[in-house]
Amino acid sequence: MYTQALDSPGVGHAALASADEAERERRFQERIDRDEKIEPKDWMPEAYRQTLIRQIAQHAHSEIVGMLPEGNWITRAPSLRRKAVLIAKVQDEGGHGLYLYSAAETLGVSRGELIGQLLAGRAKYSSIFNYPTLTWADIGAIGWLVDGAAIMNQIPLCRCSYGPYARAMVRICKEESFHQRQGYEIMLTLARSGTRAQREMAQDALNRWWWPSLMMFGPSDAESMHTAQSMRWRIKRFSNDELRQKFIDVTVPQARFLGLSIPDPDLRWDEAGQRYASGPIDWSEFQAVLKGEGPCNRERLGARRAAHESGRWVREAAAAYADKHGDRAGAGRPGYAQAS
Amino acid sequence: MNEDWALYEVFIRARSGLEHKHVGSLHAADARMALEHARDTYTRRQEGVSIWVVRSSDIVASDPQEAEALFEPARDKVYRHPTFYSIPEDVKNI
Amino acid sequence: MITAADCTAGAVSAEERFRYLLRLADTSLVLGQRLSGWVGHAPTLEEDLALGNITLDLIGQARLLLAYAGQVEGRGRDEDQLAFLRDAPEFFNVTLAEQPNGDFGQTIVRQALLDAWQVELYHSLIGSTDEQLANIAAKAMKECRYHWRFSCGWLVRLGDGTEESHARVQAALDGLWRFTGELLTPDALDAHMASHGIAPPLAVIRSRWEARVTAALEEATLRQPPPAYFPWLGKRGVHSEHLGQLLTEMQHLQRLHPGATW
Repeated sequence: MYTQALDSPGVGHAALASADEAERERRFQERIDRDEKIEPKDWMPEAYRQTLIRQIAQHAHSEIVGMLPEGNWITRAPSLRRKAVLIAKVQDEGGHGLYLYSAAETLGVSRGELIGQLLAGRAKYSSIFNYPTLTWADIGAIGWLVDGAAIMNQIPLCRCSYGPYARAMVRICKEESFHQRQGYEIMLTLARSGTRAQREMAQDALNRWWWPSLMMFGPSDAESMHTAQSMRWRIKRFSNDELRQKFIDVTVPQARFLGLSIPDPDLRWDEAGQRYASGPIDWSEFQAVLKGEGPCNRERLGARRAAHESGRWVREAAAAYADKHGDRAGAGRPGYAQAS
Repeated sequence: MNEDWALYEVFIRARSGLEHKHVGSLHAADARMALEHARDTYTRRQEGVSIWVVRSSDIVASDPQEAEALFEPARDKVYRHPTFYSIPEDVKNI
Repeated sequence: MITAADCTAGAVSAEERFRYLLRLADTSLVLGQRLSGWVGHAPTLEEDLALGNITLDLIGQARLLLAYAGQVEGRGRDEDQLAFLRDAPEFFNVTLAEQPNGDFGQTIVRQALLDAWQVELYHSLIGSTDEQLANIAAKAMKECRYHWRFSCGWLVRLGDGTEESHARVQAALDGLWRFTGELLTPDALDAHMASHGIAPPLAVIRSRWEARVTAALEEATLRQPPPAYFPWLGKRGVHSEHLGQLLTEMQHLQRLHPGATW
């Protein structure tokens, strides 16, 4: 699962220090233009580094905050198969957060620092996770719509110019291929073969998740501040609006198959453009949720802080144990001699 | 009190017959924990049959600034490659 | 409840086998349900993944065992009907499994005490005269060995970590130790299963469990609490108050929408 296109204010173009610097930047851009990958110790413009750190960290934060809304239903999953699938999915999201923090760490920032920024409320994560999961159908809708939107965003990132980020994304996309399918399968069960109450549950979930899912692609191109530079650096390869349109075009027929209706009275097939035309997005809602006024912003950050705080003594204990016994002590410890 | 765990690099052998390959990194308080975390993080889909973990700070890496000095001198030693030599087609098994 | 008088003198009845299988299945299921509450809330991201893996193993074990129990029972109940439509007195997990997560220390103590038990139990069950149970045990044993490696490692780190971690984990041990008697004291059904070679005699499991746990506690610098008086009997359907709450949460959708598929 992932995040909207990331357009938070970042580092502007600092005045170039010298002609030497300009020359380095020119050669850097040439490498990018040749589609060469940039690796951690390579020279890179500071603005490129900062943009990547910001984007990868926001992506990582989105993964770990994203564990919460779905995690909300793990203990209440309605069958053992669904429970196992949901645990595996939420666990994958934790893994994806971990891969991404690791990629960010290659840029000279520690995971502890990044998590500190998140918990202090100074970092962004995808706003979609500030919406509540109210019924089991929300688990289906998230897999289908939110993961569907995420996949659309993420596949181009597998070709991102920064090697560690691109490699993390390849692993993430491979693992995520089941996420959307399991979500759609839940929707199929509820909407096509379910009881009346289950069908209503499915429609209600679509009603609540449709617009936030469209917002995941970020502000429209006209409003987006960083798209052009990010595209030049090949951190980003398609614009927000292009990806959003693609998502609508593939998702509308999927909703039809479910027998559910998309909550957009303006939605219609545009024969000339061979695409769906859709109604306007309420960007005031997007901005409000981004600013912390969504239904669950407080709960999500609160849960992350609580986990971090209540885990501190555990992390300290493990570090103290390693100090005491020498962390290379290896096979004999701790407790492993008899751990057969 | 210290609560930060060290960074480890993880290498996985996908199946016997193949070499260990770098797959990513993680944090752990001690070496055995690093091994367990590597197992739990990087082999959930049967990606491996053997794991190496090494502290990231123990890796000695070449400097990209020196890449030209390190790697370009090999470029003109084309005679190290079999295609450098022309042998008549009639000669077999060589 | 099955008492000594109910146990058939000769062959093992389907009802007896069914009940014994539920002891194993429900212990894995209830422990898995408890652990699943950690996913997303663990002390580090790596521990989120580790606990998730253990949870998935436990739920996998429960599914295999419940499906088999359903076959043995012969009333057409599948894994989900058994998991979601029985009430607390019909659950036969050991009482320790249903105890709340508490802090990470309490979860680790509960896990280690049960892992040591499951490792030994499943190890012995590989030799069961019940072939299907033996096959399930062969798979479960490997999983439980890793669980023990994990929980025992943490028990030692926390016990021998900081003053605070030592105090917390000792308190958890003092609180949970009273539930261990049930794991190791055979009742009529345990003895009956053992006499037919379906399950090992619990006396054997007791000595191996004690060896594991004593060594781990020693390395963790933890004090072993004295034996407790009260005989908990979750395995006969008499539970602590916690199981009812756990089931209410777990079963809510199945109860609310009878007959629906998910």
